[in-house]
Amino acid sequence: MLDSKELEQIREQKQHYDEQVEKSISKFPERSENFTTSGGIPLKRIYTPEDIQDENYAVSLAFPGTYPYTRGVQPTMYRGRFWTMRQYAGFATAEDSNKRYRYLLSQGTTGLSVAFDLPTQIGYDSDDPMAIGECGKVGVAIDSLADAEILFNEIPLNKVSTSMTINAPASILLSMYIAVAEKNGISMDKLSGTIQNDILKEYIARGTYIFPPKPSMRLITDIFDFCSRNIPKWNTISISGYHIREAGSTAIQEVAFTLADGIAYIEAAIKTGQDPNIFGKRLSFFFNSHNDFLEEIAKFRAARRLWAKIMKERFGVTDPKAQMLRFHTQTAGCTLTAQQAENNIVRVAMQTMAAVCGGTQSLHTNSLDEALALPTDKSVRIALRTQQIVAYESGITNVVDPFAGSYVIEKLTNEIEEAAVKYINKIDELGGMISAIEQGYPQKQIQDSAYDYQKSIESGERIIVGVNKFQIDEDLRERKLLKVDASVGQNQIKKLHAMKEARDNVAVKEKLSKVKEAAQGNENLMPAILDAVRVYATEGEICNVLRSVFGEYKENVVL
Amino acid sequence: MDRKIRVVVAKPGLDGHDRGAKVVARALRDAGMEVIYTGLRQSPEQIVKTALQEDADAIGLSILSGAHEYYFKTVIDILKQNNADDIIVFGGGVIPEDDIPTLKSLGAGAIFCPGTNTQETISWLKEAVAKKRSME
Repeated sequence: MLDSKELEQIREQKQHYDEQVEKSISKFPERSENFTTSGGIPLKRIYTPEDIQDENYAVSLAFPGTYPYTRGVQPTMYRGRFWTMRQYAGFATAEDSNKRYRYLLSQGTTGLSVAFDLPTQIGYDSDDPMAIGECGKVGVAIDSLADAEILFNEIPLNKVSTSMTINAPASILLSMYIAVAEKNGISMDKLSGTIQNDILKEYIARGTYIFPPKPSMRLITDIFDFCSRNIPKWNTISISGYHIREAGSTAIQEVAFTLADGIAYIEAAIKTGQDPNIFGKRLSFFFNSHNDFLEEIAKFRAARRLWAKIMKERFGVTDPKAQMLRFHTQTAGCTLTAQQAENNIVRVAMQTMAAVCGGTQSLHTNSLDEALALPTDKSVRIALRTQQIVAYESGITNVVDPFAGSYVIEKLTNEIEEAAVKYINKIDELGGMISAIEQGYPQKQIQDSAYDYQKSIESGERIIVGVNKFQIDEDLRERKLLKVDASVGQNQIKKLHAMKEARDNVAVKEKLSKVKEAAQGNENLMPAILDAVRVYATEGEICNVLRSVFGEYKENVVL
Repeated sequence: MDRKIRVVVAKPGLDGHDRGAKVVARALRDAGMEVIYTGLRQSPEQIVKTALQEDADAIGLSILSGAHEYYFKTVIDILKQNNADDIIVFGGGVIPEDDIPTLKSLGAGAIFCPGTNTQETISWLKEAVAKKRSME
């Protein structure tokens, strides 16, 4: 906060500057009449102390590791240790993916991140008619504990933290992870990692839902409770704005809808009698790092501050660990271009720097060829090296929250927070996030933003290098791309059938009926699911039992 | 006056990436076409059924899951079984350039990859439908 004399001086100088600008513009007009961030926040020509004159440092910024955590969740940030370099990977069979994980670990990644194929994500076994053509395509096919054992073969689960992008059937895949660890003599309290487990953004933007909202929320809060008691180091959810942004939202909508999803989970868990001071410590978040460097840095800071306030003021949370917004970041897949794909390396590098300046806890960098196919070993290595170069060579990791105090960054941080609060209030008015989703509200907002974005590219208002400016003629067929062979599906089905013949089918039947009983009642579903997984009940079998009790979600198509 | 172009924009299979499908659907609608957007998780049978019921001129398939060969082939096969292979099939998504000749040999009219201007899709579709109707 400045005294009035200093402010007066600044205003006088600003007036003088504005006069100079007027003269200059009359001769040399600026590139555009209006400048905005990527998400449409108006940008002034220059920001001064006047823009943040009401800022109270001790209240709204404070110190890293201190409420409201605007400047970061840890006191030393990357001076202590770098973020976790976690590359999302998985394709074809468990054997293929295991090989990729061991390659990534040998190259210096510090955490695993498992990509499952769509049948696994939507609770279908590889031999289900719904799975035809999809097996092993966008991730690894996991039908049962037998596949999970191969997937994590020779990976020290007590040392590596593992993130699993699994939502509707999260309980089942978490159970498989626990069961593999048990077989290797590692008890579940030693495990660390994350399951995405965020169904609301599946309804909003990502699409791998199975069950309707009510039972889905129960599965999630059951996991919160089970993990609080048994796997204290496990992040029980990764509340994700990433896919909301990929679906076309603005930065502000990304923050707003993600935190509104968070509010819905907290409310649901409180209703089951759980204490947000306890389960709140294991909530994690997942954001997108897009192209607009300044807006993105401000976004991460705004999200952190707003979440801390929500936890403290709305839910009365007092434990600092439960007020902190810890997050994973992935660079923005939707900014990758198929044209002149090598340019994507530069985009990813900028986005990496924004995520690091924004204080991320872990990061996935996209590979240059991902607008065309799944990445090759070489392109994955370049993506990982990009993180390592930013970590070891750029110097931005040597100071905590290096952009704090920048007039524009602080102003944008405030503006993003204020605008996000307006959306959250609107969602409250609509009856909370579940009700807002049922009314198609966030979906429509995101679609409108996506359509505006596309129109701005087509009008030439927004330039994408290599796409609508600086194009070249290139032969896209010369690329070396990763291809998942159709035989993967056939082999996976053979393996599945052999496994089903070899297992104790009486035990499977008994454990599946226990899952059904648990689903029909009110007890925590996790123990019954874990027991079924241990005897090699398949994911599809367990999901079908749950479908028979819970029913299935039907998308509310909004256009 | 010419009959409006009717097009079904569909998301076959389990893929949840619907940004492109929705943007294209809106762009086609803004260009004066009648667009039926199916939503997610459509089987090839459902897609063809919708196209027949809606008397569609064309079906646009959006696939970003790598399963494009299977879905293009199956949709086109079912159209043939229904003597409806005059319906134009086109599509887009994350589809490697190398796979496009295969999709075209199966009967796909055009494949639009990431970075395509929607105006390009619109003018291609208008031309393709005009040609189809001239043969009716």
